[in-house]
Amino acid sequence: MHSTTGRYVGLLYLAPALVFVAAFTAFPVLQMLWMSLHNWSLIEPPKWVGFADYVKAYRDSQFWTSLRFTLTYTLYITPILMIGGFLIALLVAQNTNLRRFTRAVVFVPVVIGLGASSLLWYYLFSYDFGMVNRIGLDLGIIQKPVVWFGESVDRSLWAVIASIVWKVIGFGMLLFVAAIQAIPGEINEAAVVDGASYWQRVRRIILPLTVRTILLVTLFSVIGSLLAFDQFYLMTAGQPFNKTATSVFFVYLNSFPYLKLGYGAALSTILAIIVLTCTLAQLMLSRRSFG
Amino acid sequence: MTAVNTLPDHAYAGGAREAFTRLWESRTKYLLGAICVALCIVMLTPLVISILESLKTTEEAAALPPLYYPHVLSLDGYRRLWNFQAGLPVYLFNSTGAALLTIVFCLALTIPAGYALARFPIRGKEGFFVFLLLSLIIPYQALVNPIFFMFAKLQLTNSLVGLAILHTAIQMPFSVYVMRNSFEAVPRELEEAAVMDGCNSWQVLVRVFLPAIVPAIITVSLFAFVTSWNELLGALVMMNNSSTFTLPLALAIARTQTSIGGTDWGMLQAGITISIIPSLAFYLLLQKYYVSGFLSGAVK
Repeated sequence: MHSTTGRYVGLLYLAPALVFVAAFTAFPVLQMLWMSLHNWSLIEPPKWVGFADYVKAYRDSQFWTSLRFTLTYTLYITPILMIGGFLIALLVAQNTNLRRFTRAVVFVPVVIGLGASSLLWYYLFSYDFGMVNRIGLDLGIIQKPVVWFGESVDRSLWAVIASIVWKVIGFGMLLFVAAIQAIPGEINEAAVVDGASYWQRVRRIILPLTVRTILLVTLFSVIGSLLAFDQFYLMTAGQPFNKTATSVFFVYLNSFPYLKLGYGAALSTILAIIVLTCTLAQLMLSRRSFG
Repeated sequence: MTAVNTLPDHAYAGGAREAFTRLWESRTKYLLGAICVALCIVMLTPLVISILESLKTTEEAAALPPLYYPHVLSLDGYRRLWNFQAGLPVYLFNSTGAALLTIVFCLALTIPAGYALARFPIRGKEGFFVFLLLSLIIPYQALVNPIFFMFAKLQLTNSLVGLAILHTAIQMPFSVYVMRNSFEAVPRELEEAAVMDGCNSWQVLVRVFLPAIVPAIITVSLFAFVTSWNELLGALVMMNNSSTFTLPLALAIARTQTSIGGTDWGMLQAGITISIIPSLAFYLLLQKYYVSGFLSGAVK
């Protein structure tokens, strides 16, 4: 329909988006790299320090604490989300009314904000005002109220994991249900006729045919967990002793309250590289499984 | 797995075996149904607890040990939230304003972009498309740093426009992806008819495509709104004047600084409930768009 003029008109329509992304995503990346090589604050002129900030990060024990904690969190929560999401999807994959209702309900926590969810669970896990302790005591599961935040890193970690699993498991469920429902019915019926039990069908048919979705959900889960901030800022505030400060939290602390923008930029760069590496690794893995 | 000449259990006709199988299957069915119900309860209970806490009187909200439900319904928590620091109306205005601006920016940028990518022979089109997806690879959490600095120079900190720009940048990949797919799905005959009527490309866009991509517009707007409404880190970084705080930010502050000495749980839950309402309402009304948006976002 359009001739050579079409090419230029097309660019004209594309231009606003291109300019926007160039200005507010691409340029900041370059700026971040540039800032990471300087001592930068809002008041003084920037001072070139080369890779000093990167070395500083390597030597900063809090950097490693945060990184370790973030990786631990990611490693614990990802399998829970995967397996839990998948099991729930198996449960609700059929299109009965009850199943459809359950799907809609399980998805509700996904749509509320992460901030609201984190504050809600912060309340539920409160030492004296929280329902978790109250119900635990009333049911006899615990003898005295548990201090969830501020004392033990493990307990804080699991409290946050519980809240996030509650919030995002519906997302995995949704994707898995779509993948399961995309499996042609004949394959399932043929297996039933052959006498396959339910779990055999799951293992031999459903799992292999939904591998792509499984990898996708894993990818989302890993990236999201590596970049976790809101839930830790709101629930643990990094306590005790900044041991539950995730990497993004650590970057935030160094950039803003202390306004060490150069150091913050170096940390941001490191974080971006880590996330990028994980993303690429995962994409390569998924490509290999399809040959 | 099975030998060819073995019949499955339920192929045996009649008798105790069939009856047992049927009983087992129906028992399993009820068990699974019960699990579904239990799951629904587990998912909804925290929300119910929060809403109930927000409706307690001040004394009951601060009761020790905590009460399961309010004995007297009261809007005390909401009243205190209304007057909290800069006041709830201010926070609602800021959150809504930023979210609406985000929608406007997203649509203004991605509708033409989707049009261009789907319908024009641009050289290196695929490359441009990948470029627009850039913020998928670079997490915005890492970019907050340089963007803050840029905005400080441009005097865009403490402004809803600045925050909306950040939120738009976050939503760009998803919006562009949805828009492009939507434009590509429009049948070419509609376009060709309009061209034969002598319309230029802009008129074709407005008269033919816009009505055809309304579902995409709804989806993009929905996700833009929800992302912006719930976003915390950007607001935390960009805003330091309490008159420009968004609702999540105000709630984050309410977590620690309150007027009653110790966290004001009733007020906090009231804030949580209010911040949940739009997201929940949009979900219930626009469930179709929500689900299809999530699914298509995952395919990318």
